[in-house]
Amino acid sequence: MGDIASYFAANGADLLRMLLEHIKVSALALGAASLVVLPLGVVCSYHPVIERISVGISSILRIVPSLATLIFLVPILGTGTLPAVVALAVLAMPPILINTALAFREVPAHIVEAAIGMGMGPARVFLTIRAPLAFPAAFAGFRTAATEVVASAALASYIGAGGLGEIIFTGMGLMRTDLLWVGGISVAALSLAVSFLLSCIDRRMRRYERA
Amino acid sequence: MADHLAYWADHADKFAEATLEHLALVGSVLAYSLIIATLITLLVRRSERVGQLVVAILGAVYSVPSLALFSLLIPLTGLGFSTAVVVMVAYNQFLLVRNFTEGLAGVDRDIIEAARGMGMSERQLLMKVQLPLALPMIVAGVRLAAISTIGIATIAATINAGGLGEILFSGLRTMNEYKIVGGTLLCVLVAVIAHAGLLGAETLLRKGLEHR
Repeated sequence: MGDIASYFAANGADLLRMLLEHIKVSALALGAASLVVLPLGVVCSYHPVIERISVGISSILRIVPSLATLIFLVPILGTGTLPAVVALAVLAMPPILINTALAFREVPAHIVEAAIGMGMGPARVFLTIRAPLAFPAAFAGFRTAATEVVASAALASYIGAGGLGEIIFTGMGLMRTDLLWVGGISVAALSLAVSFLLSCIDRRMRRYERA
Repeated sequence: MADHLAYWADHADKFAEATLEHLALVGSVLAYSLIIATLITLLVRRSERVGQLVVAILGAVYSVPSLALFSLLIPLTGLGFSTAVVVMVAYNQFLLVRNFTEGLAGVDRDIIEAARGMGMSERQLLMKVQLPLALPMIVAGVRLAAISTIGIATIAATINAGGLGEILFSGLRTMNEYKIVGGTLLCVLVAVIAHAGLLGAETLLRKGLEHR
C-alpha cells in the first residue's frame, strides 16, 4: 500500500497526463464516429434497404474482437494516436448507428402526422419533432459506445496512443505490482465514472417518462 | 496477396496451433462459466429481488475493462492461463445469469399454473416446463458469452495465455503484416462462425417451440 502512495506522490503529474490522453483519444474517437454515423442513422430510418445493409455490417463489426480491429490498422496507418482514434471510432460506430436508426424509426407516426397537419415543413418537423423525440433512445447507443471506447482505449496504449493503459503495460513488462494496481484501479475508475456520468445524463433526459 | 498466401501456407502450423489454443481457452472458459452460472441461477431463482440484486452486482464486475481486471488480478494469481480463465468466467456470469434468470422468469404464468395444477413437482416444473421454454433465451446468453470470451481471449495474450492474441501481438512487435492480417482474419472467422452457429441453434429452438 505504501508503494502505491509513493507512486502517486512521485508520478502524479504523469498520471494526470495519461488520464488526459486517455480522455482525449476516447473523445476524438467518439466524436468522429458520431459525425459519420448519426447522419447515416437518420438516412437509415427513411430507407429500409440502406438500413438493412448498414445494420448488417454493423452487427458483423460488433462481434470482431476489439484487439483485432486495433492491431489490424497498424500496417496501414502506423502506430500512434491516429490509428488508435480510427480503430476506436470503428468500434464506436455500430452501437451508435443501430440505436440511432431504431430511435428515429420509432418516433410515433401520429405525432409526425399531427406536426405536418399543423403546417410544419419537413425541416421543422425534423428539427423540432423527430430529432428531440429520437434523441434519448439514440443516446443509449452513444452510452454503450462510450463505455466500450474508454475500455478499449486502455488497449490502444499498446500501439502508442498513450493513455492509462501505459501504466498497465509497463507494470506487466516489469512485473511491478504497484504499477499494475495503480493502472488497473485508474482504468476501472475512469470507465465506471464515465458510465455513471452518462447514465445520470440519460436519467435526466428521461425525466418526463416518469412524470 | 500472393505473398500473404505463401506466408500463411508456410506458417499454417503456427496459425493452426494458435487457433486451437484459442478455442481451448474459450472452450474451458465457457464450460466453467456454464457450470457456475447454472448454480447461481438455481440459487437465486426463487426470489426475483435476490436475482435482480445478483445480476446488478455481476453487471458491475462486467463493466470493469478486461485489461484493468487482468492487471488487478496478476499480483494475486500470476501471469498465465489461470488468471485469464478467472477473469473471463467472472465476465460471463453477468451475461449468462441475466439471460438464465430472465428466461426462466419470462415463462408464461398460466403455463406454470397449469403445470402445477397437473400435479407436477417443483423439479418436474423446472425440467419439463420452464427449461424447454426458456431454452432460446439461454442459448442467446451462451452466444453473447461466447462472442465476448473470444474477444477477451485475444487480450489475454498480454498475460501470456496464448491463443490468437499471441499472433497479433508478435506480429505487432516485429511489424509483420502477414501475421497481423492472418491473425485478424482468424479472429474474425472464429467469432463469426461461433455467432452464426449459436444464432442458428437459437432460431431452430424458437421455431421448434412455435410448432408445438
